[in-house]
Amino acid sequence: MSDPIRSSGRSTVVSLAVIALVVGGAATAFAYTAGWLSPDRLTPAKMTDAFAPPGGPALGHRRNHAKGVCFTGTLEASGGAAALSKAQVFAAGKYPVVGRFNLGTADPMAADGAARVRGLGILVRTPDGQQWRSAMIDAPVFPVSTPQAFFELLKASGSKEPDAMMSFAAAHPEIAGFGGWAKSAPFTASYAEERYNSLNSFVFTNAGGEKSVVRWSLEPEATPVTVSADELKQRGPDVLTSEITDRIAKGPARWTLVVTVANPGDPTADPSKAWPDDRRKIEAGKLTVERIEAEPDGPCRDVNFDPTVLPAGVSVSDDPFPAARSAVYAVSFDRRAAEAAHYPKSAK
Amino acid sequence: MTEDLPRFTLLQRLIHWLMAIGILSMLFIGVGMVSTVTETHLALVSIHKPLGVALFALVLIRLFVRLTSGAPALPAALPEPMKLAAHLSHYALYALMIAMPLLGWGMLSAAGYPVTLWPGATLPQILPESRELHTLLWNAHSALSFAFFALVLLHVAAALFHALVRRDGVFQQMAGGAR
Repeated sequence: MSDPIRSSGRSTVVSLAVIALVVGGAATAFAYTAGWLSPDRLTPAKMTDAFAPPGGPALGHRRNHAKGVCFTGTLEASGGAAALSKAQVFAAGKYPVVGRFNLGTADPMAADGAARVRGLGILVRTPDGQQWRSAMIDAPVFPVSTPQAFFELLKASGSKEPDAMMSFAAAHPEIAGFGGWAKSAPFTASYAEERYNSLNSFVFTNAGGEKSVVRWSLEPEATPVTVSADELKQRGPDVLTSEITDRIAKGPARWTLVVTVANPGDPTADPSKAWPDDRRKIEAGKLTVERIEAEPDGPCRDVNFDPTVLPAGVSVSDDPFPAARSAVYAVSFDRRAAEAAHYPKSAK
Repeated sequence: MTEDLPRFTLLQRLIHWLMAIGILSMLFIGVGMVSTVTETHLALVSIHKPLGVALFALVLIRLFVRLTSGAPALPAALPEPMKLAAHLSHYALYALMIAMPLLGWGMLSAAGYPVTLWPGATLPQILPESRELHTLLWNAHSALSFAFFALVLLHVAAALFHALVRRDGVFQQMAGGAR
């Protein structure tokens, strides 16, 4: 006969072991989900860190496209894209816009002439309470095909190894498209003379439920005037900011919003690949920039131009970048918001 | 030995187990969605917001039912410190269930993000846009999520301790099952 107390003691040990297993298993699953057991996982925080220059990020500022200036204006939709998307922002009408001209640099004090990439972010509000946010750049293609490759590019460009970029380019030949543009595209001396491209593809859904995969661009009304890189540098570190401020003070600047529709089989998931020139293009409306405001006092300072903030009728496609941008922009926003005390109080 | 203790009502048990699944999912979704840059990020975020609203609605119903139906007493034999721990941990769980959705909604409002439950359905902004407010609420939402998960683990461990070691019928008060 077994001793009842000992057997009860043994069963208590077994029970406690079961409890420990359940709690430990749940905690482990949680840790795995959080990425704590996967040091190689590309987290939004890691990607955000990778933008920082060697001296660390500029506290209180965006972690990339850190230098910029705010604007307000209107998007006057022509209704041209209303057959493709049911979003109110494409129905004929005028909608208010808060936007930001910016430079593709992590340094908010960078000289305007030193930045190869220029960008434009917009937030459009429609009367139905929805928003369309988009952040575009002037490059015609993105450097790489995947967020992972972009992370490796950031690492390689910040690396002290002399051949880091060479070996990156060898592993990612798609960078040649962007590289060719960066090397040879002429500079202009104005944000108003640039064409800004979504690069990422999105899905438009119309009222009938039909879907089209699209990219969009803002094509400037102003005629681009080429200046040499040296001349641009000579005009001072804030040439683009002062130029756009002076220009808009004299009168608004306009862009045409052009939506390009992909054909079946086009590389919708790869922003490093342009679509053929003959694809259907639709004029969706005009962006008018009416007023420039310095960032420290401006309405764009606290706007996260998250490209996944979309109205019903526009959604993400198989392009992996908008998800990654959303995750990383959120970290950038959370950090700079927490560092608000470091941000300049006023432009004056 | 299992006492024949009174149970929670069927409605209370139903809400409890629905919320148990919802809250556990929510904690995993939350910690997962901020850990990846893949498309999973957007998929998880798109579940996190409507699920949070659903859980907030459920906890309000639950609180009402709790205040009207009460809760069955713990076994008389349960030591006082364990009773105290049980009561305090339940207050904390209720506080977290109510606070977490409000903190999440508030922090998105303070950041100026539209709180989109599904395409076209947006919640109103409940706070003015403010970097300081966003940071405060973001920190609270984040820190409390880990406290919430720890408390859930403690709750599970205590429930299993009642079920497997003390066998005092407390587990059956919420689990139901044979008497």
